[in-house]
Amino acid sequence: MYDFQFARPTSLDEAVKALSAEDAQALGGGQTLIPTLKQRLAAPEVLVSLTGIRELRFVRRDGDTLRVGGTATHGMVAREAAAEFPGLAGMAVRIGDPAVRNRGTIGGSLANNDPSACYPAAVLAANATVVTNSREIAADEFFDGMFTTALDEGEIITEVRFPIPERANYQKFEQPASHFALVGVMVAKHADGVRVGVTGASEDGVFRWTEAEDALSGNYAPEAVDGLTVSADGMIGDLHGTPEYRAHLVKVLTKRAVAAS
Amino acid sequence: MTKVSMTVNGKAVSGEVEGRTLLATFLREDLHLTGTHIGCDTSQCGACVVHVDGQAVKACTMFAAEAEGAEVTTIEGIAAADGTMSPVQKAFQEHHGLQCGFCTPGMVMSAHALLAENPDPSEAEIREYLQGNICRCTGYHNIVKAIAAAAAEMRPVAAE
Repeated sequence: MYDFQFARPTSLDEAVKALSAEDAQALGGGQTLIPTLKQRLAAPEVLVSLTGIRELRFVRRDGDTLRVGGTATHGMVAREAAAEFPGLAGMAVRIGDPAVRNRGTIGGSLANNDPSACYPAAVLAANATVVTNSREIAADEFFDGMFTTALDEGEIITEVRFPIPERANYQKFEQPASHFALVGVMVAKHADGVRVGVTGASEDGVFRWTEAEDALSGNYAPEAVDGLTVSADGMIGDLHGTPEYRAHLVKVLTKRAVAAS
Repeated sequence: MTKVSMTVNGKAVSGEVEGRTLLATFLREDLHLTGTHIGCDTSQCGACVVHVDGQAVKACTMFAAEAEGAEVTTIEGIAAADGTMSPVQKAFQEHHGLQCGFCTPGMVMSAHALLAENPDPSEAEIREYLQGNICRCTGYHNIVKAIAAAAAEMRPVAAE
């Protein structure tokens, strides 16, 4: 890995300032970025670690909303959201492995927007709001295709606000070597309708399966999606699964998520 | 270069590191604590698992500078000062939980982290917790047996 200057601010203001340097890059838990640096696929001049900012590390309930700080680890969400939002905790507890969950952060996962990451599906299905140091971004506006988001250069995710759904469940068909989702589906039933977030499947990254949302909003039962088909067009195809296989999994996992929620 | 200070196995240590110096590298090359192994260098194998502030992490996927001020425990800090092995270490020996031994430091560190969180894990929970620790020779069965045996030994006996 190429060397860089390491900055570890303890406040958000210091972090914003450090990130304004040329070729500066934010570092969350590093569970994707550090392997990427090792492969020399990224070579920032300055790496700004956000994990020293204590005020960004929290999970707490605020009325009907679960608020998760930008540097909360997957392990924290798995433990601390279990009673308040079990669907989200059940998603977090299956990311990577225990040691990865103790470092990886929600902000890092969302900012990276890996097309097979679990969090984007949960954020879309829960209709969460991504809060940054400068604004609030609705889930539907945040994800912008593989590894691309609405975040500007140097913008930091400070918090994610999840409206707590009536029922929710995440089903992950795991690619066992990487622990990423071959396909993952989060279903969330809100008072005003159902939302379905799908990760791992599309070449455009995470997406909402809106036909299933309509069907499930009318009849919240696994068989409500029986008559629907998912097109294999634009689905990811690789040695682990064809586009057709992934399309098939989207429907199967949606049904399982509804049944388990 | 950045100055880092942390506590490793109960001892205050400090050193000068580059930004890119991994915690695993700092432990091995600066502190000469070579029990923390680097197996894959891609965060998959878990041979480098150490505890940072009580939590299991992969020391090859964390920078030394990120451990500033932290309490770090490596495999060298697991046995008692007089060399008496921990119940997990003893159980690995008794249940033949290792062959070549390369993955063992990470396995033992993960096992201690699991038992601190969950003193009475089921076999399935032990296997799930070891998802990030790869062994290429024992085939896991004896590792799982060893951890279950250590758990039984470490649990406080219920008052009668």
